[in-house]
Formats: sequence, C-alpha cells, structure tokens
Amino acid sequence: MARLTEDNVRLAKEIIGRYPKPRSATIPLLHLAQEQDGFITNDAMAHIGELVGATSAEVYGTASFYEMFKFEPVGKYLINICGTMSCALMGGEELMHHAEDRLGIKMGGTTADGLITLERAECQAACTEAPCLQVNYRYRFRVTSENFDTLVDQLQSGALSDEIPPHGTMARVRQHIPADKGVGAKAPEDVSEGPAWLNGKAAL
Amino acid sequence: MAERKGRAVSSTSNPGGTWPHAPGFYTGDRPKIVTSRFEFEDSYTLERYLATGGYSGLRAALSQPAADVHEEVKNATVLGRGGAGFPAGNKWGLTPQGVWPRYLVVNGDESEPGTYKDRLLMERDPHQLIEGCLIACYAAGLSQCFLYIRGEMAVAQERVAAALNEAYAAGYVGKNILGSQFSVDIVLHWGAGAYVVGEETALIESLEGNRGMPRLKPPYFPAAIGLYGQPTIVNNVETLANLPWLMNNGATAYTAIGTPTSPGTRMVAVSGHVKRPGVYEIINGTTTFRDLLYGEDFCQGIRNNNELKAFVPGGGSAPWFTPDQLDLPFEASQVGPAGSMLGSGAIMVMDSTTDIPRAALTLTRFYAHESCGKCTPCREGGTWLERILSRVVDGKGTDADLDQLLEVGESICPGAFPHASNEKLGLTAVPVPYRMNTICFVGPSAYAPVHSALTLFRSEFEARVTKRNLIPVTAVGQ
Ligand SMILES: Cc1cc2nc3c(=O)[nH]c(=O)nc-3n(C[C@H](O)[C@H](O)[C@H](O)COP(=O)(O)O)c2cc1C
Ligand code: SF4
Ligand code: FES
Repeated sequence: MARLTEDNVRLAKEIIGRYPKPRSATIPLLHLAQEQDGFITNDAMAHIGELVGATSAEVYGTASFYEMFKFEPVGKYLINICGTMSCALMGGEELMHHAEDRLGIKMGGTTADGLITLERAECQAACTEAPCLQVNYRYRFRVTSENFDTLVDQLQSGALSDEIPPHGTMARVRQHIPADKGVGAKAPEDVSEGPAWLNGKAAL
Repeated sequence: MAERKGRAVSSTSNPGGTWPHAPGFYTGDRPKIVTSRFEFEDSYTLERYLATGGYSGLRAALSQPAADVHEEVKNATVLGRGGAGFPAGNKWGLTPQGVWPRYLVVNGDESEPGTYKDRLLMERDPHQLIEGCLIACYAAGLSQCFLYIRGEMAVAQERVAAALNEAYAAGYVGKNILGSQFSVDIVLHWGAGAYVVGEETALIESLEGNRGMPRLKPPYFPAAIGLYGQPTIVNNVETLANLPWLMNNGATAYTAIGTPTSPGTRMVAVSGHVKRPGVYEIINGTTTFRDLLYGEDFCQGIRNNNELKAFVPGGGSAPWFTPDQLDLPFEASQVGPAGSMLGSGAIMVMDSTTDIPRAALTLTRFYAHESCGKCTPCREGGTWLERILSRVVDGKGTDADLDQLLEVGESICPGAFPHASNEKLGLTAVPVPYRMNTICFVGPSAYAPVHSALTLFRSEFEARVTKRNLIPVTAVGQ
C-alpha cells in the first residue's frame, strides 16, 4: 500500500525544510498521508520515517497518540458529534441517539455503503452554538434532528462535495514560503549568537 | 429518543437557534481591542487588515529598540489568556541570558471545555495574530515562530495559511521585515486531536514530533528549556492578539481599561442555558458574572426565565459557582479566594432543569478520556471517577460510591479541594490552587466537576443511589 506520491514527497520536503529539526514535521506529514489515502497506512509511516529520520515504530508511536489519525479506512465523511458539557446541556446526547437511528449504526460505526462514519467527539470550540458537530472537521451549529437528516441527505446526494472534501483533507490552502522571502530554518546547534536586531537600536 | 437512554442532561429547548447559524459573536458599545474587525465580512484578508490600521503596530514597535517594546508590554500587564493568567511581559523576561536561539510557540490548541475565542481570532482576524507574533519575536529576541493550531480546525488552518502567504508576499513576515534588519519566519503547524497538547510542555513535545505528553517539572517554564531544549516562549493566541493595539495605543491607554491588576479586555464565551449564548469581548476586572449572564448587552438572562442553578466560571477544569457568586468580577484576586478560577474565559451555565450528576459526568468523561497516561493518579483515577460516576448516573450506584468518588479524587489531589463558598449550605470556600499528585492539571480537572457537584448538590446524588443494607458478620452482643 501507499507510500507518499512524488507530488506529496515534494510537499513533504518543503514542509520538513521549515523546521530546525526534521522530526518536527512528523504530524504534518501524517496529515499529508491521510489526505492521500483517507487513512494512515504502514507504508506511509515507514516512508515518513525515512523522510524525517525516525523508525516506522517511532512514527506509529507518535501517530497513535492522536485522535484524528485513523489506521483503518473510515467513511468518506466522518461525522463527529460533540458530547462535552455545553453541547450535552443543549441536547448533544439526544442528537447522537437520533444520528444512530437515522444512520442505522452505532457510535463508532460506518454505514454499509462506506459513506459515513459516526463518532462522538470532545469539545469543538463552538460551545455557544450547541449542539454542534463536524463533518470532516467542517462545522454545523445548533443542529436539530431535522438539520441532521438534511445533512445526511446532502452528503448522500453529493450536494456538499464542494464545501466538504473527503476524509483526510484538512486545510485546502497550504502555507508556502517563497525562497527569496523566507529566513530559513537552522538547527539550534548552528546558532550561537543572538538576533541582529537586539543591538539596542530601533530596527526602522 | 431521550427515554431510550434515561433522562436528558437537561430540557433542551433552544430559543435562538437557526441553522446553519453564524458563529455567535456579539459586539457591543464597549472598547474593542481584539475584535474590532469582526464586523467586516472580509476581516481575514490583508486588504481589509491594511485598510483598518493593520501592521501599524508592527511599524510602531520596529521604530523603537526591542527592549523598549518589551518594557511597554511589561507596563501594560498583558495577562496570559490561555488559562494561567501570567503576565506576558514578565514571562518574556524569564529566558536565560545569552542562550540562543530562542523560539516563540503560539498556543492555538483551544480545546478546554467551554472555550471558544481563539478559533474566532484565527478565523476572523489572522493578520492581527501574525502581527502580534512579530511584535513578540522582536521584543524578546525570538528567531523563529511556530503557530500551532488545533488539528480539528480546518477553516482556521486555511485562513491562517492564506494570511501568512499574503503577509510573506507583502514583506510583513520573513527576511528583512519592512526593509529592516528584523527577520523572522512564522511556520504554520497543526495538531491532530489531543486536548492535553494544549499544556505548554506537551505542545512542545508534539511540535518536536512526539506523543503530546507533558514534561516533568521543573523547569516550570519552557522559557528556560523548551523547544529542542532552547528557551521558548509559549503564548496563547488571544494574548498575542492584544499586542498590535497595545503598540498603537500604548500601555497607558491599555491600563486605562479594566483594573490595575486585570487591565484591558478579555474574550469570554458563555454557553449553556442563557438566552443569548455567545462570545463577548468584555472589560476585564470590572465586569461581573451577573452583568454577563443577565445584562441586555450580553446573555440577557437564563433561557425561558428559569432559575440559575450553577455555572462553571473558567473552563471545564474550574470548580463551579452558584448564584451566590454572581457578583464577583472578572478579577483573579477575587475569584481565586472564592474557590475557583477564571481560566480560559469559558462560562457554562446550568439552569434549574439540569441533571447535575449527568452534567458533571460529561466533564469528568472528557478529562478521563484525554489523560495522556503518564501519571498513575490521572490515568487510573480519572477512569475510576468516570466509571463510578456513570454507575451513579445510571442508577446502579450505592451510597458507598459517593464516598469512593471523594476518596479517588483525594488520591489525585490530596488535601482540601477548592470549591465555592455557599453560605446556605454552611460552607466556606477553599481557594485555588490545590495540591496535586500529577504532572499536569488534567488529573485534578477530572475531579473538579465531581467535587463541585457533590459538594454543592449532594442530595441529587443521594437520590440516585441505593443505600447498602449492611449486615454484620456476626450479630453484635449475642
Ligand atoms: C491540560 C492543559 C491544557 C491547556 N490547554 C490550553 C489551550 O488549549 N490553549 C492555551 O492557550 N493554553 C492552554 N493551556 C495553558 C498553557 O499551558 C499555557 O499556560 C499557555 O498557553 C500560556 O500562554 P499565555 O501565558 O499567553 O496564557 C493548557 C494548560 C493545561 C494544563
Ligand atoms: S496529569 Fe494526566 S494528562 Fe497530565 S501528565 Fe499526568 S497522566 Fe498526563
Ligand atoms: S462543548 Fe461542544 S463545542 Fe464545546
């Protein structure tokens, strides 16, 4: 299964180059792998290890700590319903029950057509708009049962495919530092002096 | 649906909700330090930013020696908005002399239950944050900045990436900023879902590519030993977003708002059972919880005109308050002795319909789930608390479980645990902080909601459990 593609290796090298130490790029590269395949494969982890100078076990050690990385395929759309206090106070648990009924699956399950995985998530920093959920990390606020049904209809019909990319794709704008504009990262051991602007004078 | 799995946490009518609802920020006739651009639809673009005074704070900073900028920030007493409230200027002064390089790590991992402000700042005004980062780097001699955004925030990541690309192209970030000798890169970094990574040493571990587990203290501040073992300043998004305004208007103008010990404004999110839940920029130090929950400009009272039962004043980790504490202002020196903390500006409101044990469970479950597993009292204790509390909530507990909850809590944080004074119950407040057997606050945070709920509303727990029928081993006195 999938190592990173040539295009993604190019992107990966650009990302690694921004950090004083390559290993710092581990999590961004795992996201890149998940964007490519929808989940994290063993081959991708081995490849990332080669790129950042770690063993695949070390990469897996890091990856497995974080909730967002999946090691088996999930639905094209991952629906995370918030279950923390503010959402629970406004009906988050009832929303989860409704979602289970509507989709005919239990929390943690995936619909038979592979379209939707349903999970309970923790506070999504939208507590005033409770109960809320995310579909592939895109928000829906103050969700009623009817809203949820509409959402599922839209996901099934493909009406939201512009707004919501398939699972794995996060930001669709990437940072790019043009070579002539960036300072460039240096390993900490290669820096021994303080920055030039700390000379007691105004910089401008 | 609710009857299938027992009672709901509370009745669930939602007065104001339409869908999809614009994220609830409400402005008002108050000073705006960090939210001044939120009214513009294109507030996140460089064009709008420049049209509204953007990057003039940076220009003002670069027109002074770095040490003067640092002094100005110190004089303004900009309190950290990430939870601990430590003044930013003082923190910057904790870096050891002559050790280079030093880094800035921006904490955009916002995930404390109830907290909703940093995401708005990143989505709605990313250039303000970038400008704040630049001012901090200039003042404290930090040679590279890592902007760590919570993994689940796709739109914030997009907006900040786009803003950084614009800022690089226009020469506000990178080599020779504004043509000066000040050069710094800002690198967008993003996480992958783990609450504990918000703790600053865990944030650094994560940024080094590791599992996000907090480091053993001391050193207490990464300012001494941080990223790659180098001096590192970790600041919250909102803290840094204050700096452009401060550079434009000066420390005197900043401290003219609020109180001497809590100057300026702060962003708060009020969620739960109020008529108008929302995010508000309030005057620090003087605004009271009553203003916020009942004021026309703010939340306009409890939904359906119900009675207020309790509220969490400063994020899920904070001990709870009852209506007795409504007149406390947003001032750490008063909220602390009253038995809680202001934390991350997150107020969660429970009205009289709330099922208190269940509400507490939603928080304890959170912290138990988010334990990184490094220390036993948190890893085991948090899970125990969750299990026992679940049993009680499901009506399967006994009276012994209630004592057991307190005992397990005591093993995580020994000694008196903070809670609200409540004269009606004959209680005196135990002030924060607490003693703890854990490396970070996740362990104690699992206990805080249980302890508050059980101290303030014990009868609700007692009503849920069966009394054990204690049969002696032998009949006494026969
Ligand atoms: C368990 C835990 C979680 C935290 N989560 C966050 C967070 O999400 N965002 C944040 O800014 N600070 C968080 N903090 C506080 C940080 O450790 C740190 O104090 C803060 O980022 C410093 O910035 P400030 O001085 O500008 O507030 C957390 C602390 C703990 C113990
Ligand atoms: S208190 Fe919990 S989350 Fe914090 S370091 Fe210990 S085990 Fe990890
Ligand atoms: S509790 Fe659901 S978003 Fe915060």
